[in-house]
Amino acid sequence: MVGVGERRLVVVLRERRDEVLEQWVRAAAATLRGRVTAAELERESRELYTALLPVVGDNGRDVSGERYAEIRSLLAELSRTRARAGYTPSETASSVFALKRVVFELTEHDADPDLFRELMDFSSLLDALGLFTFETFARAREEIIAEQSEQLLELTTPVVKLWEGVLAVPLVGTLDSARTQVVMEKLLESLVETGAEHAIIDITGVLAVDTQVAQHLLKTAFAARLMGAECTISGIRPQIAQTIVALGIEFGDITTKASLADALRHALRSEGVEVVAADRVR
Amino acid sequence: MTAAGGEPEELPIAGDDDVVRVRQLVRTYAQRVKLSLVNQTKLVTAASELARNTLVYGGGGVARIEVVTDGVRQGVRAVFHDDGPGIPDVTLALADGWSSGSGLGLGLSGSRRLVDEFDLDTEVGRGTTVTVVKWRG
Repeated sequence: MVGVGERRLVVVLRERRDEVLEQWVRAAAATLRGRVTAAELERESRELYTALLPVVGDNGRDVSGERYAEIRSLLAELSRTRARAGYTPSETASSVFALKRVVFELTEHDADPDLFRELMDFSSLLDALGLFTFETFARAREEIIAEQSEQLLELTTPVVKLWEGVLAVPLVGTLDSARTQVVMEKLLESLVETGAEHAIIDITGVLAVDTQVAQHLLKTAFAARLMGAECTISGIRPQIAQTIVALGIEFGDITTKASLADALRHALRSEGVEVVAADRVR
Repeated sequence: MTAAGGEPEELPIAGDDDVVRVRQLVRTYAQRVKLSLVNQTKLVTAASELARNTLVYGGGGVARIEVVTDGVRQGVRAVFHDDGPGIPDVTLALADGWSSGSGLGLGLSGSRRLVDEFDLDTEVGRGTTVTVVKWRG
């Protein structure tokens, strides 16, 4: 039924809804290469389609407007889940663009010039919506990266107990101000909790020690010392040692050792513990 | 001395992340020309210092990294450029233990000892360019 003043395309999309949906799902599934289940894709498409119908006839110049609120939130949700599942932004946007082809093919044999104009508008509407998924996709990716780097910060700085009264912090990767702050806080808290008198900062996994890293290390060691603990820096590899010398960094009276094992032995010795082979005890 | 291996790679230095990126790129180049592990570490550390100087004292800038050849020798050249305030007293800036900021004051002088060639071009109000080269062997 064509109502008075109602656009032809809207009528087509409403009356042949199931047919269009089915083909759209099939086209979208082809670009996603079977990584989303058919049922999921159908549900997503149905929701999108329902939200799309009221805005058909627009040319998409006003996508940020009030009328698009529902479809925007659906698309944002879609690109967010796709971003988390590891899809590319093009794959996400082509799900939207796929509808264009389906509708074009459906109306191919219709020579009505009005319909043609409506199709032009419909095409720019879908372009605008596709671009919107691009934007949300990028934002979702950034959120994920920020989350991950935060998790990494927590993950990579464990304080471990090596022996009664001996704590160690193995550092891996890049030591920037934010990480040093986390390391220092964790180490100092653990010193209070455990009453340990020795702390070992192991930098075997730190690729380069520049003046900023050295300054961070020294500050942490001095802070530990202020709390009454002796702090050793271990894991100084040959190339790091030579670089430190050339740079002219002085570690003062902070004890440094080549390996974590050396540092542990040093800590045990000053605790009065000697490690000897079992057969030499008696 | 001529540039080899194509166009120099350019990276912006606008934040702490960029310093890490510069460091990684320099490491890749150092490995490409097969610098020894010690020399790799020295060059990477110098690049780290200079990139941070560009960021902290120059207010950000760019780093350009390229492979250079001199006869049969190969090396890595890194250029750090900023349009910041410049350095008023070069002799003082290159002295050990002097810092206009809160650092150890070893960045510039230490970097010079870490590389084979070091060139500092600065003018107050115009900016600073530091060029370093580390040769293989």
